[in-house]
Formats: sequence, C-alpha cells, structure tokens
Amino acid sequence: MKEQMQGLRESSVKAILACQSIEELEALRVKYLGKKGELTAILKQMGKLSAEERPVMGQLANQLRAEVEGALEKRKEELGREMMEKKLVDEAIDVTLPGVKQTVGHKHPMYNVLDQIKDIFIGMGFDIVDGPEVELAEYNFTKLNIEESHPSRDWTDTFYFTEDAKILLRTQTSPMQIHAMESRELPIRIIAPGRVYRKDEVDATHSPMFHQIEGMVIDKGITMADLKATLNLVVEKIYGEGTVTRFRPHHFPFTEPSCEMDIQCHKCGGKGCPTCKGEGWIEVLGAGMVHPKVLSGCGIDPDEYSGWAFGMGLERLAMGEYKISDLRLIFENDVRFLEQF
Amino acid sequence: MILSRKWLNEFVDLSLEEYGDRAFAEAMTISGSKVEVTEDLSQTMKNVKVGRIVSLEKHPNSDHMLVCQLDVGAEELVQICTGAWNVHVGDLVPVALHNSLLPGGVKITRGKLRGLPSEGMLCSLKELNCTTHDFPYGEIVAAALLNNYHPIDPEKPSISADIKAGDKIFGKVVAADVKAVENAGLNLWKVSLDAGADAEVVTKCQNIHEGDMVAYDTQKNAVLTLAELHAEQKEFPNCIADGILILHEDCKVGDDVAVMLGLDDHVVEMEITPNRPDCLCMIGLAREAAVTFNKELKLHEPVVKATAGGDINELAKIVIEDPELCPRYTARMVKNVKIEPSPAWMRERIRNAGMRPINNVVDITNYVMLEYGQPMHAFDFSCVDEHEIHVRRAKEGETIQTLDGNERKLSTDMLCICDTHKPVGVAGVMGGANSEIVGDTAMVLFESANFNGASIRRTATALGMRTDASSRYEKGLDPQNTYKAVQRACELIELLGAGEVVEGIIDVVPGEIKQTTIKLEPQKINALLGTDIDEATMRDILLRLGFTLDGDTIYVPSWRGDVEHYSDIAEEVARFFGYNEIPTEFAGGITTCGGFTPLQNCERQIGQCCRSMGLDEIITYSFISPSYYDKIRMPVDSPLRDSLRILNPLGEDTSIMRTSILPSMLEILTRNYNYRNKEARLYEIGKIYLKRDDGMADEPKIVSIGAYGPEMNFFVLKGWVENLLADLDAPKLKFVAEKENASYHPGRCAKVYAGDTYIGVMGQIHPAVAANYGVDAEFYCAELSFEALYAVKGGLPVYQPLPKFPSVTRDIAVVCDAAIPVGDLNDCIMAAGGKYLKGCALFDVYQGSHIAEGKKSVAFSLTMRSDEQTLTDEHAEETIKNVLTALEKEYSAVMR
Repeated sequence: MKEQMQGLRESSVKAILACQSIEELEALRVKYLGKKGELTAILKQMGKLSAEERPVMGQLANQLRAEVEGALEKRKEELGREMMEKKLVDEAIDVTLPGVKQTVGHKHPMYNVLDQIKDIFIGMGFDIVDGPEVELAEYNFTKLNIEESHPSRDWTDTFYFTEDAKILLRTQTSPMQIHAMESRELPIRIIAPGRVYRKDEVDATHSPMFHQIEGMVIDKGITMADLKATLNLVVEKIYGEGTVTRFRPHHFPFTEPSCEMDIQCHKCGGKGCPTCKGEGWIEVLGAGMVHPKVLSGCGIDPDEYSGWAFGMGLERLAMGEYKISDLRLIFENDVRFLEQF
Repeated sequence: MILSRKWLNEFVDLSLEEYGDRAFAEAMTISGSKVEVTEDLSQTMKNVKVGRIVSLEKHPNSDHMLVCQLDVGAEELVQICTGAWNVHVGDLVPVALHNSLLPGGVKITRGKLRGLPSEGMLCSLKELNCTTHDFPYGEIVAAALLNNYHPIDPEKPSISADIKAGDKIFGKVVAADVKAVENAGLNLWKVSLDAGADAEVVTKCQNIHEGDMVAYDTQKNAVLTLAELHAEQKEFPNCIADGILILHEDCKVGDDVAVMLGLDDHVVEMEITPNRPDCLCMIGLAREAAVTFNKELKLHEPVVKATAGGDINELAKIVIEDPELCPRYTARMVKNVKIEPSPAWMRERIRNAGMRPINNVVDITNYVMLEYGQPMHAFDFSCVDEHEIHVRRAKEGETIQTLDGNERKLSTDMLCICDTHKPVGVAGVMGGANSEIVGDTAMVLFESANFNGASIRRTATALGMRTDASSRYEKGLDPQNTYKAVQRACELIELLGAGEVVEGIIDVVPGEIKQTTIKLEPQKINALLGTDIDEATMRDILLRLGFTLDGDTIYVPSWRGDVEHYSDIAEEVARFFGYNEIPTEFAGGITTCGGFTPLQNCERQIGQCCRSMGLDEIITYSFISPSYYDKIRMPVDSPLRDSLRILNPLGEDTSIMRTSILPSMLEILTRNYNYRNKEARLYEIGKIYLKRDDGMADEPKIVSIGAYGPEMNFFVLKGWVENLLADLDAPKLKFVAEKENASYHPGRCAKVYAGDTYIGVMGQIHPAVAANYGVDAEFYCAELSFEALYAVKGGLPVYQPLPKFPSVTRDIAVVCDAAIPVGDLNDCIMAAGGKYLKGCALFDVYQGSHIAEGKKSVAFSLTMRSDEQTLTDEHAEETIKNVLTALEKEYSAVMR
C-alpha cells in the first residue's frame, strides 16, 4: 500500500506538472482525489490493515492528499498566470490607430471673442443689453447729437425703410446708449453688442452688416480718468498684461471730449512694421465722455451725473485675434473654417 | 489733408532737423491732428542733376540716337546717348546720372547703348512725374523730318527715297535741307533752309537739327508737323511730340533737380476729423503745431496796393438773395489779367500739397484755399450781365455748363451765383463755363464767400461732383475768413504781376455773424477729466489756440464753430495737457452686480447644447432677396412675405429683412455642399424681422438648425431637437406630422410641441426647394422659436429619490394598421400602464412576410417597477394585460 501511494505520488505530480490547461487540471484532481479517484481506491484497502498500521497509513494518505492538492493549486496558479499573459499578448492593439471621433460643435470665432469680452465686463459689474436693429433715425442719429445734415445720414451710407428717412437699419450700436439712459435706473453700466449696417460693398475688409460692441457708464463722479482706467484694464484682458496703450483726441458727435485708443503694436513693439502700417500703434476703439447734450436729452442732469461710452468693431478684433485675413470668411460659414476655432 | 513741412516752416519754426518725421507725427497725433503717413519726397528722386548739353552728335551705330556730352558741374563731361530729338547744344536738361533714382522707384545706371557708353539718362516730364501743368513750356512740338521717313508700304512710298531740296511734296509744300538752327526765344527756333531757294523760318518744332530735311510750306513759310503733312506716326517713328524736358528755370549746371522741383520736402498726410474744417489748411494746422510744440505762430497780414484805380463798388453790384445759405460774400476785382504759369515756388507748394498747378490765376485761388482754407473762385466779369451778381437758389428748369464741360440740371434748392439772367456758377461747388477765364481777361472777379455747409453738401451730392471747394464748404467754414482770403489772393496777383487790382472791396454780410461765448469753469473741467489742472494752464492753452478771454468769459474764435460748450473747452484743455497725462483712476461709485439675464443664460445654454451635439455656429446676413421666398416655396398669400423693404439696398440680394430664417440656413448649407464639404451640421440663433404697424419691427430670435451628410436623417435631427428640449427641462414633447409646410417634405416634417406650447417646425427640406437651390441632397432643418423655448424652460430641478427596488423588463409585440403612428401607441401604453409602468421603449417596427398587407408589427420593451417593494409577477402581468387591452381597444392592435 505504501508502494501504491508512492507510485500515485510520483505519477500524479508528474501529470500535474505536465498539465497544460485548467480543465485538464480539474480532470486530474478528479482522477486522483475524487470520490472514485485513485487515492480513494487506495484508501478503500485500509480495512485490510491492522489497527497499528491504520493510523500510520492514514497519516501518509492525508499527507499524500495534501501534497497532490498543493501541486494542483500551484499548477493552477501557474496556468492562470500563463493564460493571463497569453491573453494580454493576444489582446495587444496598435495604439496608433485613430480614436473614435465624437463630433463637437464650434462656436463661431467672432462669438468666441465676444463672449470673452462679455466675461470681462460682467466681472466689472456690467449688464449686457440687446436692442432693435430696425431703428428710428431719432435714436440712431438725432438723440446722439448727430445733426440733420451729417454725412453719415446720407442715403449712400445708411439703409432706410421710409422715404422720410425716419426708420433705418442702425448704423452703430450707439442708439443703445439712448435706450439704456431712457429705460434703466442709474447708475448704468452696460455693454450692448450687436449687428449694425452700413452701405458698404462686400470686400476683404467691408461688409454691409457687421458687429459692434457699445459700452457705457453713467454715474456720479465718472471722469475721463475712469474711462482710461477701465478701458486699459479691458484691453489688458484682451491683449495680455502689460499691453501699452495710448489715447488720442478724436471726434464723435455724442461724446466730448472724444478719443481713440491705440495699443502699441505687439509685433514690432512700437517701432513700426507692416502690421501697424509703420505707425507703431494699432487703433482698437473710439470712446469719450458722454456729451452733456446727450445726457440732458435723455433726462439725465449733466451737472449731477456724468458718464463715458465706447464703441469697438468686433470683426476686426476677431480677425486680429485669429489672424483671419479676409472679412468675407466670417459670413461665408464654410465648415472647414468654422471647425478651426 | 496733405501738409508740406517746408511750407509749414513759413508759419512755425519746426525744422526737419530738429523735429524729425516720427517726433512730429507722434506729437501732432497726440494733440489731435492724426498723422497717417509721412513721405520724404527727396527719397523719390536722387542723383538727378541739371546738365548743359555741350555737344551733340549722331550715334555712329544708330539711325535715330544722339550722343550728348554734358556738363553736369563735375570735372569731366559725361556722355549720354538719347533717343530724343528735341535737344540742342546749350540746353539745360535734367540728367539722371549713374546710380540715380527716379519717381516710381526707377533706378538708372550706366550702360552701353549700341556700343557707346552712356552714363545715365536725360529725363522727360513724365520721368520726373510731372506734366505740362507743372512745366507748361515742356510741351513739345515735332516737325516731320523727311530723313526719318519710313513708308508704310516700301513698294509705294509717298515720298521718294531720293527726294532732294526743292522737290515738291504736294501743293506748295517742298522738301528743304536744314542748314542752321538757332534759338529764337522760349521754345522758338530760327531755321535756315535750302528749299531750292534759301528760306528762313521761325518754328516751335524742337526736333530740327542741321542736316535734317523738312517739309516746308512755301506759302505759309512754315515747317510742317506730322499732322500738317497728314502723316501717320509710324511713318515718322522718331518725330514724336515727346522728349527731354528742356529747363527754363532759375537753375544752373550741377543743381539737384529734386531740389529744383521742391522735393526737398517731407509731406505729411493727416486725418482731419469733420468737426475741424479749420485744420484743412496750412494756417489751421500751423496753429495746432504751434500750440503742440509751444512755438510762436507767425501770421502774415496781406497788403494790397490796388494800382488799377477805379472802385469795385462802382463797377459791380452783389446781392445776396438767400442770406440763410450765404452768410457772407466778399469780392475784389482785378483788371488786365495776364494768364501765365505761376512761379516755381508756388507750383512747388501746390504740387506738394497734392494738387496740380494750372496757371497763375487758378493757382492763386488754389494756393489761398490751401493756405487759408477758404475756397475761392475767379471768373470773367465781362460775362456777367449788367455787372450784377445775385446769390440765389436756382429757378425751376435752369441749367448750367460747369467748368468740367458737363451740362448740369439745377434744382430749386441749389444755391447759385448768377447774373441778372443766368447762373454763372454753382455756389461752393464749381464755376460755370460761361464765365471761365480762358485767355487774358480784362476784368476778373475774385469771389471769397461763405455758404451753408449742409446746402453745399446736398448740392454736390445731387450733382455728383464733390470738389475740393465743396468738400471744405460742406463742413461749415469760418465766415470771418472771406475777407483775409480775398486780400491774400489780390496780394498774390500783385506779387506775381498777374494783373492790376481795382480799389475797394465788396463785402456783403446780410445777417449777424454769431460770436460764441462760454464760461470758463476750471473745476467743472477738472471734474469731467479727473484731473487737477490749474486755471492758468487752461487759460494759456486757450489763448494760444486763438481764444480770447475776458474774466471768466471765453470768446470762441470764428473758425472754431465746433466749440460751444464747456465740455468742448475741456477737450481743448485735455488735448494740450495731454490725454495720456490724464491719470488712470477708477471712479468707484455705486457697485453694480452685472451678469447675464435669465433670457441670455437660456440662449447661452441652447448654444452650448447645440455644440455638444456637434453643431457648428454660423452667422448670416439679416437681409435677403425677396426671391428667396419663392425659393423656399413660401405660399404667395403668406403674411410673412410682407417684409420690411430697404429703399436703398446695395442690391436685390440684400434688399429685404428676413421674416424667415430658413433661406439663410439653406444658403449656407448649399454653399458648403457646393464646396464639396462631405457634411455640415449648423446652428444659428438669429433674428427675424416682422413688420409692425408703426413701421418698425418685432425682432424675435429663432434657433435655426440645418444639416446634411451621410449620417443625416429625420431621426438624427429629431434627436437633436429632443435633446435640446430635454436640456431645458421642457415638459413632454409632441411631434405632429406636418404636411402643409411647403418648404418641407410632406411626409418628413413635424411640428414640435412642448406640452401645449408650439415650439417650431422640423424635417427634411422639400426636394423641390433643394432643387431651387441647385442641390439634389437631403437637407434637414429645424426652426424653433427662441421665445417659446425660453417659455417652456423648466425651473430648478427637484431631486427624485433613486429607485430602491429592482425593475422588471417585458417585451411586447403587437400587430396593428400600418397607418397608426408609433407615437400614439406609445402614448396609449404609458396611459394604460398604471403606476408600475416606468418606461416604454420602441425596439422594432416590422412589415413584410408573416404580417398581413397594410399591417405592421411594433415591439416595445416595457420597464416596470414598484416604489414600495420588489415588483411581484402578478403586478407585472396585470400591467401588461392592461396595456394590451388598451392597445386592442383603442387601436385594434393585437398581440403578435
């Protein structure tokens, strides 16, 4: 019996080591250790043994069972590891194959820039207002101190809906200044972005429809110093910290004093280059202190309140920001263009 | 406005050496006169010298070239070969030497011409960028030289090759040999001829030299030009009315031609804002420059000797019939006018200011306009009937031929300068041909008037002739300037010896000329600017600008019509204190919160949702062509066809305000399709413009979606719409088949409702509409009202407890009439399912074998769950039973 057990030990260990799959291993476990297995068959002979031999043999048999189970377990682990490794090798992929595309839409580049500006002004306590594009000449011109004979009122410059030239497509977002002063409570801090229209033929820098952003502050004690401080901050947010600016006198009928704001050319640092047409400066916006006539025309006492306003073109800003060379691309809406932003 | 720095120096000491271009431009720009470009004219012409022709010979290797030896002031003579024949020994000519530069960037270097070295080039007027207006004597007349004759048909020459002196050409014209040529005055030559017999002719033809053969008219005693010989240019290829500019200037050998032409100047192009017409002249800009650089402004008071005697008041009468349009009319008279070219200094200044010299009288009016900013007009007073000038509006039906030769129809709102019968000029725009100064004129009237700017602008616009004068007048000029200007013009007449000035001035001022006064309030100015400028500084700035002060009262100078308010004074102070010196300081004030409104946030949310679904944002024009309504098959009786119409559109395509956003989207889809972009998925949140009774517009926003491409179909679009509304937490959606909308495919179009609110329409574009756009692809569009979307937007979400118990799924398939919409079945199931039915999802629709004709099989997956316990089989069975009963009862749909 002892010999039988020894034989079983040797044959089973050998078989287990040679085993190549979990299934085979399970079959071996049944073959050796199962109810009808070889060890059980050997143990069945125990009855024939003497009382002294029985515990000895029993101990040996238990030992043998433990050994076989150990070998099975060990082999199982080995096989598991091998299979995992094989699986990993089999599952290897070419990581350079393209990913599965999820289509994400794009904001129009001009509105990207507009949203950036909205954020800046909201951070400074401004509201955003919208208003009519089909507008009264009274708001687009008269209340802005633009006299009856001003060239911008010409039918060659402005689109009109009525022969008496009273209803038109707004040529600027400035009428929003009047709407705001007439309808909002003081103090006022607003920006009013929107579409404006002028009778310009379409070319690389002109379009009969384009966008402006109007901004206005009305409060007690508003000064030109405040205008400069605010617009400097805005321009730094748009063009980067440390952007050098300058203000120079200009003329708008509805502001006095009026100014235009330039930034020092970022390309040449002010030395003069093709980007700034040799001037060293690039014009970014027009601004000024709201004309006292305009204030009183809107029922605001210019002796008590003062304010400033600015206007800037959005297209040019976006074109500068994204190096877009032709205005027509903005309104063409070619997906190959839109998807770049 | 173009400013000559050289001329500016007459008024303000600002030498180029001390104040370079950059410094000048910077300072002027900062004080309000924006410099656009500065051009150093000397850089346009270099190393071009005055040379004297010492000798002239025929080129040995050429039948048409001449070899000149020139004295250009250097030690040695230079040799230059030229093809021009108008030069003679002794002439002073512009010589472009080796390594010289001519206008237009042309570089001249030495070279060999037909084997002979040539050290440069002799220059024509054109090569110097001049015309005969700059150098009237530079006009060239060419004789037909028989030795240059090239017959058109060599077989049949008009002039025989062996023609000799005395031979008849035609009529009294014979061939003649040139024996000698001698100068006989400016552009005149005494030519000794052998025409069979000896003859002597004085001619203007400059191309005749000893040894030439000319055509000589024995009767007229003249040498014939090509035209007189009825010859074509190609018959005499080298006898051309062009050639070298022979200089008759006050210049000598070796002088720099650039300096002679006044190119030793820097010209500054400035952007003058429309409120500052006073800066459209030398004196105005000089004043600005003087204050900018803190220099003295040197002004000159014109002095007129008036030697002609008489008195204008006895010779002429001026009546202003329309004082509103003509606040002032000042005139002087000049007798015995001699029309000549202006002197070089005047021509140079006019040229450098961007105008062209014409003749002394015209140049004087232009010069005064450039100097004083006052447009002037000179006209032949003998053409003025009854010697009366009436300034009045044109009468019905009146016309005038203006100086440019065009016949102009005048309307009754146009101001005219007239005599007792007819207009002789359009006031402030252009003179009439009937009173033009053509030759030496006995009596010239110089008009220096002030007109209403708006009226001049309207007239100029209506006549389509914006002139130098009208573009100044239209901005509103200084009424006090007319007197000084006419004085200056007469002073120049005397200085140039162009005529004799008659005593007296007519100066009609029908009304009062307004004097504006403003109170000086330094604290108000500082409060507006945010500065602390002292009063003395303010006063100093104002005084230097020509304002006068009496105590606190500021008297605004007459040329500053733009200044009328203390804020204008603040700008004057700020300009010269320096905008950039104003501190940068936040005012503080009441803090405002700022932010997006709920409406704006909703719009942002919709945009974001569209992009998350892969749609690109577009921006389209608000105006469209009326024909687009036909393109989208909008019913002819649709009220939406009543668009706001632009009365003066750029073109038909942009002439009406869109009442539908669909054409805009279709245009962009079509463009992308035509660009062969494989797919496009687009959205725009844009306005439409609906005409109101008051003539204005309601401008609601529309969420416009459009797409095409291989993966597009109705249900992809529907998914987007569903997502969009789900994102807004809108109430339950309903899609109702829409067959009536002619823009859309009748079988693939739906109206969208959220709850009971109509949101818009969506579907496939009707193939006929696509065809109208020249496209055979399937376009899918949705037009959703932003207002409606905002209205159905849900409030803040309230948390719903997560299910505690598992759900059970059962699939059912029913057979029903093929026409029954699945949506209706779905609604029926959900209504009948009771509290345990939590969801119903379609997973199959089948028609075909095993299903009867006209029927379809529809399969749903039902999800059931109890919120109180694990769902029992009984409850599930009961739910399914209720659903099937309802389906059968309502739609005769039976379990398959």
